[in-house]
Amino acid sequence: MENNLLSIVTFMPAFAALILAVFLRGEDEAAQRNAKWLAMITTSATFFISIFVYLEFDPSNTGFQMIDEAEWLLGLNYRLGVDGISILFVMLTTFMMPLVIAASWDVKTRVKEYMIAFLILETLMIGVFVSLDLILFYLFFEASLIPMFLIIGIWGGANRIYASFKFFLYTFFGSVLMLVAMVAMFADAGTTCIGGCDVSLLTHTFGSETFSLMGVQIVGGMQTLMFLAFFASFAVKMPMWPVHTWLPDAHVQAPTAGSVVLAAILLKMGGYGFLRFSLPMFPVGAEVIGPMILWMSAIAIVYTSLVALVQDDMKKLIAYSSVAHMGFVTMGIFSANQQGLDGAIFQMISHGFISGALFLTVGVIYDRMHTREIDAYGGLVNRMPIYALLFMLFTMANVGLPGTSGFVGEFLTLMAVFQVNTWVAAVATTGVIFSAAYALWLYRRVVMGDLIKESLKAITDMNAREKWIFAPLVVMTLLLGVYPALILDVIGPSVSALVEHYDTAVAAGMTAADTAQAHN
Amino acid sequence: MTNDILLILPEIILALCAIAGLMAGAYCGQDALARPILWFISAALVAMALIVAGSSSTTLSGFNGTFVNDGFARFAKVVILISAACVLVMSEGYMKTRGLLRFEYPILVALSVVGMMVMVSAGDLMVLYMGLELQSLALYVVASLRRDSAKSTEAGLKYFVLGALSSGLLLYGASLIYGYAGTTLFSGIITTAQAGQTSVGMLFGIVFLISGMAFKVSAVPFHMWTPDVYEGSPTPVTAFFATAPKVAAMALFARVLYDAFGNAVGDWQQVVAMLSVLSMFLGAVAAIGQTNIKRLMAYSSIAHMGYALMGLAAGSAFGVQAMLVYMAIYVTMNVGVFAFILLMEKDGAPVTDISALNMYSKNHPGRAFALLVLLFSLAGVPPFLGFFGKLYVLRAAYDGGLAWLAIAGVIASVVGAYYYLRIVFFMYFGDDKVDALDANRGGILGGFLIASAVIMVVGIINMFGVEGAAALAAATLVN
Repeated sequence: MENNLLSIVTFMPAFAALILAVFLRGEDEAAQRNAKWLAMITTSATFFISIFVYLEFDPSNTGFQMIDEAEWLLGLNYRLGVDGISILFVMLTTFMMPLVIAASWDVKTRVKEYMIAFLILETLMIGVFVSLDLILFYLFFEASLIPMFLIIGIWGGANRIYASFKFFLYTFFGSVLMLVAMVAMFADAGTTCIGGCDVSLLTHTFGSETFSLMGVQIVGGMQTLMFLAFFASFAVKMPMWPVHTWLPDAHVQAPTAGSVVLAAILLKMGGYGFLRFSLPMFPVGAEVIGPMILWMSAIAIVYTSLVALVQDDMKKLIAYSSVAHMGFVTMGIFSANQQGLDGAIFQMISHGFISGALFLTVGVIYDRMHTREIDAYGGLVNRMPIYALLFMLFTMANVGLPGTSGFVGEFLTLMAVFQVNTWVAAVATTGVIFSAAYALWLYRRVVMGDLIKESLKAITDMNAREKWIFAPLVVMTLLLGVYPALILDVIGPSVSALVEHYDTAVAAGMTAADTAQAHN
Repeated sequence: MTNDILLILPEIILALCAIAGLMAGAYCGQDALARPILWFISAALVAMALIVAGSSSTTLSGFNGTFVNDGFARFAKVVILISAACVLVMSEGYMKTRGLLRFEYPILVALSVVGMMVMVSAGDLMVLYMGLELQSLALYVVASLRRDSAKSTEAGLKYFVLGALSSGLLLYGASLIYGYAGTTLFSGIITTAQAGQTSVGMLFGIVFLISGMAFKVSAVPFHMWTPDVYEGSPTPVTAFFATAPKVAAMALFARVLYDAFGNAVGDWQQVVAMLSVLSMFLGAVAAIGQTNIKRLMAYSSIAHMGYALMGLAAGSAFGVQAMLVYMAIYVTMNVGVFAFILLMEKDGAPVTDISALNMYSKNHPGRAFALLVLLFSLAGVPPFLGFFGKLYVLRAAYDGGLAWLAIAGVIASVVGAYYYLRIVFFMYFGDDKVDALDANRGGILGGFLIASAVIMVVGIINMFGVEGAAALAAATLVN
């Protein structure tokens, strides 16, 4: 069926950016207002249209839906489509963007360029989640570096240059190895179609015979190599310990809206990549490397939680907590069972809301005091009761208190990994305690106590705009906390199909590898 | 005989145009006619491009097989002619305000273009050498066009001395090949140079020949002249060096490797792959420390030649197609970037220091954005066209069994991305400074800059059909 809905959702923000770039002139008040409102209207309209995508989506169908395709260069195809795994990420993106634009209402410098950068970024982020062609995916995936590089570099903090270069080069290095693997996949399968066509990468079986390369026995053969190449890219993007060091820098230097986008959506591209490519396409590779990743995740959870404890910059603390939470995601994904994948996706969506909200709460007081030092605050509850309440809610959600969405994801992933590797589960569970420690301690130092600092005496509580930005996030966090079926019902069938596919592929691949070994 | 003449008609017409311009210039004295001659030559170049593009699509050879006019030659010629015309048009304003607009300039460019056209059509070692020298001699003179500048004359001299050395290497290789093959015709050599049974003398010949040509494409380790010549020459001349001659030399490289040694791929593949990987890494690393944008572009072009050579090293028709696509994209990007460099002025004097671009985006948002697109495209970051060039050569290398080369290439591209980002950094993230560059009118240069940036974005839809044309061209060369 001809269906252009996804193309419209994807390219509408970019189209608005083009209009802004070509028609809007000047730097005066009116031009700035027009830029903001156009961005606001576009992102809201995109969200509105994406609701139609959601309504038209049929969760019981595990294949790709609403496919939109056209011919392209080099035997590639322009193909967009969604399935149970990607649809919620699309919704998350379109949901967050109006809030992000609203959160940047007070930007004063180069407003037009700012809005253009965010609108283009939205197109690229949606594109990552809906593209069904390998190279098209890479195109969106990589291109999202450019606007983010500019956002950090132009509107960022004092040390923005270092952070922007580190961000760009780190992630670029990860992805180029993936590009080589993609070329290899194209050569091996003869197609770049990810799924939903006659010959697709999801149904193709890549070679998994063990061979030796320069004297090293590579168990799982091609699949392991390709898995590692993709892993290099997604692990940096995620980010996983020990390649996470770009994230705290990028977060601290980025403007508030940039941090929100980074934490809420850009990090999810890595997790989405694992689900879309690494698990289903290289199951044998995942089986070979998976145990190591489980341990890396456990280390990430404990180690980055400890690092978060000693931070004196609020954004840096939340950035490290993001790394820890992403550890739960990778742990869930590479448990490779139903609860694990459900939990990982749930955790990613819920982390999108929670970490986005936490960066916004930092932004609220940063806008007032222009510092992110924890020591500069204390006793805010006396002057900002509503702020204290909101901060409390999202701190609890971050810790994973039952009743908030943070709990469901952590619980499911821990349950999943317990079935696979009890020790990893035991280590990771201690991370939950650490996360309570750093989050509550942060809350105590910033919000509780007496208001003794002179500089804080005149601080005002949140205004109406700020409250409205938080409202949808509060609703989503609590709603998903008490009624997780909202997400699990949508992703369930696709996830179980993925798990089934993975199990059969691993069984077949491992038998092949064993027979090959026996022959040797 | 008539057929032979018809075959080289575009070359003859272009040479006649150059001679007519020379006559007119010489009789009128001084440089009064420089402008009309420049426009006349530019028009002639575009007209020839149209003629070549529209001529018959069959493979014809004349002069007893020493001159070949096939799809490959036509593709290369069109790219050469169009880029030369663009650069000529771009250089007018710059040359005029600096008092460099002599009537010899367009004529020398036209003559070197004739040489390039002969190079890419060569079917014989002698013709190859003739075309190469015609091209090179004209280029040596153009490099030292600014006679009263020490740097410009130094550039010309350096280029000449090292160019003569490379010609010597090439001739030595050619004579060895002649000695062992018994013929200078490519069609004869290819029957002798069979895979696995090439004699040692022939191998030596191939290596020397490749060295000579590597010099012309400025591949490492034969690149030393490039940064100095790029820096010393007047900027329009640098723009010319970075475009048309590179295409011609790369096409010649492909022509020799496939027409003469197409049956002995294994004998030269490793050599070309080595040239490629060295060029990519040296280009990427050496450019990091540069403060002069022309020197930076010199190293950037070295790196880009490395990627184009990656396509050649693949040893397949797809590899040649990838190389042609890459070169077409490379030329388009470089025309845009050099249009920008020509626009960099302060108090009327040209500026080539990168730090002068500090906060350029404040005063010239449009131009800064166009350059941003071009720089990301040069770095090979999607979604711009430059990425597709890289994708082509990577795929060619992987399919040709050179996966290690592909991996080396992408790693070099990460290193290279740094120095392109540095320019973006100056334009967008720098500190506010008072002494900004002149707010000169863009005119033709601005047009070229914007056009090439737009091509980088819009081109990803279908590459304007270049992909198909390159495929046809490659098919005529490799079969």
